[in-house]
Amino acid sequence: MTAIEHTSPHVHDLGMPGNPISAAIAESVEASGEKNATLKAKDLKTDQEVRWCPGCGDYVILNAVQSFLPSLGIAREDMVIVSGIGCSSRFPYYMNTYGMHSIHGRAPAIATGLAASRPDLSVWVVTGDGDALSIGGNHLIHTLRRNVNLTILLFNNRIYGLTKGQYSPTSEVGKVTKSTPMGSIDAPFNPVSLALGADATFVGRAMDSDRKGLTDVLRQAAEHQGTSLVEIYQNCNIFNDGAFELLKDPTTGPMWTIPLVHGEPLVFGPGGASCVVRDDFGGLRIAETNQVDASQIVVHDAHREDPSYAFALSRLSSQDLRYSPMGVFRSVAKPTYDRMMTDQLEDAAAQSSATLDDLLAGNDSWTVSS
Amino acid sequence: MTGTNPGITPAASGVAPGMHTAADAEFHAAETHTATGGLVKSVVALDRVVIRLAGDSGDGMQLTGNRFTSETAAFGNDLKTLPNFPAEIRAPTGTLPGVSSFQLHFADHGVMTPGDAPDVLVVMNPAALKANLMDLPGGGLLIADSDEFTPRNLAKVGYASNPLEDGSLEGWQLVSVPLTSMTTEALKDSGLGKKEAERSKNMFTLGLLSWMYHRPTEGTIRFLERQFRRKPLIAAANIAAFRAGYNYGDTTEAFAVSYEIKPAPMAPGRYRNISGNQALSLGLVAAGQLSGLPVFLGAYPITPASDILHELSKHKALGVRTFQAEDEIAGIGAALGASFGGALGITTTSGPGVALKAETIGLAVMTELPLVIVDVQRGGPSTGLPTKTEQSDLLQALYGRNGEAPVPVIAPRSPGDCFDAAVEAARIALTYRTPVILLSDGYLANGAEPWAVPAQADLPDLRPVFATEPNGEDGEFLPYLRDPETLARAWAVPGTAGLQHRIGGLEKADRTGNISYDADNHDFMVRTRQAKIDGIAASLPATEVDDPDGDARVAVIGWGSTYGPIGAACRRIRASGRSIAQVHLRHLNPLPADLGEILARYDRVVCPEMNLGQLAMVLRAKYLVDVHSHTQVRGLPFRAAELAAVLQDVIDGTPAGTTHETADRTDTTILDTPAPTGAAL
Repeated sequence: MTAIEHTSPHVHDLGMPGNPISAAIAESVEASGEKNATLKAKDLKTDQEVRWCPGCGDYVILNAVQSFLPSLGIAREDMVIVSGIGCSSRFPYYMNTYGMHSIHGRAPAIATGLAASRPDLSVWVVTGDGDALSIGGNHLIHTLRRNVNLTILLFNNRIYGLTKGQYSPTSEVGKVTKSTPMGSIDAPFNPVSLALGADATFVGRAMDSDRKGLTDVLRQAAEHQGTSLVEIYQNCNIFNDGAFELLKDPTTGPMWTIPLVHGEPLVFGPGGASCVVRDDFGGLRIAETNQVDASQIVVHDAHREDPSYAFALSRLSSQDLRYSPMGVFRSVAKPTYDRMMTDQLEDAAAQSSATLDDLLAGNDSWTVSS
Repeated sequence: MTGTNPGITPAASGVAPGMHTAADAEFHAAETHTATGGLVKSVVALDRVVIRLAGDSGDGMQLTGNRFTSETAAFGNDLKTLPNFPAEIRAPTGTLPGVSSFQLHFADHGVMTPGDAPDVLVVMNPAALKANLMDLPGGGLLIADSDEFTPRNLAKVGYASNPLEDGSLEGWQLVSVPLTSMTTEALKDSGLGKKEAERSKNMFTLGLLSWMYHRPTEGTIRFLERQFRRKPLIAAANIAAFRAGYNYGDTTEAFAVSYEIKPAPMAPGRYRNISGNQALSLGLVAAGQLSGLPVFLGAYPITPASDILHELSKHKALGVRTFQAEDEIAGIGAALGASFGGALGITTTSGPGVALKAETIGLAVMTELPLVIVDVQRGGPSTGLPTKTEQSDLLQALYGRNGEAPVPVIAPRSPGDCFDAAVEAARIALTYRTPVILLSDGYLANGAEPWAVPAQADLPDLRPVFATEPNGEDGEFLPYLRDPETLARAWAVPGTAGLQHRIGGLEKADRTGNISYDADNHDFMVRTRQAKIDGIAASLPATEVDDPDGDARVAVIGWGSTYGPIGAACRRIRASGRSIAQVHLRHLNPLPADLGEILARYDRVVCPEMNLGQLAMVLRAKYLVDVHSHTQVRGLPFRAAELAAVLQDVIDGTPAGTTHETADRTDTTILDTPAPTGAAL
């Protein structure tokens, strides 16, 4: 078990040792005046008309993010939101922070360059299931394994919305869409399993309509040092309406949702009727609480160094969403990419006082005299 | 074109230095005699030599060539090199696909090319002989490692009998030397096994050549000590082999002649030997220092650009961040992200990588952020010829994106010039907030030459001005408000209070940068982005026209690495009493403002390129000039003699379609479009 220290991702030490952003950038930032880290939700809204379809789950997520971000104590000019392409990727336009609406699938790569060269910023990626898992799948896994200090919000609506309704890499087998009139024959990705397979240091899952649960996961993700991936189940009311109804419905939801609370036994369902126990092969299985000894019930530990446990949790649910764990699957401390890169630069600078002129002359120069 | 050199008397052993095919330089040779250990040795003075070393990929020919080059540079000769190696790291030993070679041209005067053909060919095995002999002019000096001419090695490349013994090499000055066994003999007390000792045969050979050409040896000894400082046994063995080779030359009767090539006159100053990839890397580091911005390189390994990633990763002490990305797209994406944060974002690649980066280059055009894209071109299409040179990415650089996406394109002309080109690319990127493509190529990347070391104080100030305050009338920040002169947009880095803004790939509204689908705005923005790039021409110096006689009717125009061969061809043309003007382009987009007027001055314009006429097409389209395209795509630079023949034909008015000696390998297309010659619009 690894203890994890929660520190603010934002430290104001521009130009100070340990945060070697260039003097030119530091001067420019300082010249712009005092930072105001006391924000209200409305300070994060822009004058741009929000253009998602009425009733889209994205509205709920935008509101939740705008309401919760001020509590982090980060000035809005120090936040950058980078997105790819898709409905969710319009997000930056509605946030009064710095932002880039980039190209399909590439947001994690772009954000990596930004976060690695500007460790003083709080960098967020907003992406969707098509953007992150299909065209951008490669960037996602490599960003996760490097542990760049980023928070990735993956809006999963299990459909391509902006291109009007083709199946996505998270659509269930058999799904009938415009491009699969006889049903999809693609096995879907489980984004949480994928992220854990890439050894992601923070993986969480939340529901768009669950303001409290979503905010709780987002806060932990934001405070995590390294790459945080938050899968947000998001309803597309136009092309995939009701995709998460099983979990949202007050009757069925509690039956199929496994709330993940660090340090608490994994007991769920009406009256705590169901629980999670270990199976005989190192994995996990669902059991009826009254059929097992209390000591057999797994106590959730999000800080386990070995990702196998969190992976086993992610495999409890099937593509029809029954037994979906919601909350933080894994949160472990590991050195971040940007920190290690900065350390190498500092070590190199400490070991060498060579100037550009020294470098240009090299080791084997000669002089021609007149 | 070829002829024996009357100034050289073959020594007792019959060794001559080979013949010169050059008409571009006067040839001087003088002979003196010295006695060494009872032997009479003569020293012949030469003005230039072209040596080619050829062996198996594992024989260390590139290292040997590079060391000989360093010795030669330190001695003070002018030089150019041409490494030529296969894409396979270790093709099966002793086979033709595994042959690797290194050619060096050095002289007591300025040279422009690595030489059309070697005067001296050193072959380490039968495959190297078979792959290179056709390039050695008759009478040339051929040194062969006789130990490697075994029945098995001969059979591998289809020799029925041993060419060293069957008389088939009578047309050349053959010296068979048991290089391998002499190396193992010299190292018998070194503590190394036979196999390990054999690996030092390249250093034995280097020692022999160092004796033959009076090269200084201290640099190589220092290099070996440094290179193998953790393996003192290996260092000692290599140094012993190197010295043994040198001493062998000094004492053997097989080599009665050694050669002296005096230092070339050079402008006073500090010099070093440098390859194109090294110079390019240093230029990028310099651009970071000159701009005051951190350098961020996002790159994916690709031949022949990887050495830039390797070099830049060594310069962390100067604030250079290097990121080896998961793919080409992530490499440029991370670089663009870093640029958004205020860094000098750079990505380095070759043609296939540029294809993958195209969409992100388009995003950089749209977001108007500075970015430098280095394309070290190689033979294409597809994977093509990874280790060979070509200029076939010009049209990809100019046009290879969706939409109207103008990007400045520049090209260096020599290895050392890669430094200046890198600084210039950064200047344009930072001044105009635009991606810039720098087109180097495999020949420039791996070729080397002496380079006058610049001082930081003499380099341009590239510091950009970041926006720190609102620039709108109502106190708002307008990220797409432009500098009226450069049309560059305001650049505010994240962290700057009050200037929060969003950029992206969707069309921008003028000034605000908000999403806009407005028809008039789109038309305006497309034209404005084009005008910004076109306007760069105003910052360029007047185009240099090299026409020493001042009466040329024919101009030859080139770009990139063809500068050397074209320049050497022009020397030959002028030596033959004809006039020719040479124009060489650094900027391919925008083209210099005075270029149309310059081209219109000549009756004929010839454009040699290592592609199928890409620049010629652009010039014809832009200036309505009837450009004669001369092309070659052999993976190797032009030969000066061949180019000179083409130019001479054009000058002398030889009709189109004339068969040259090399017609099977080159293509001269003289298009008979009825456009008025020399007209420019």
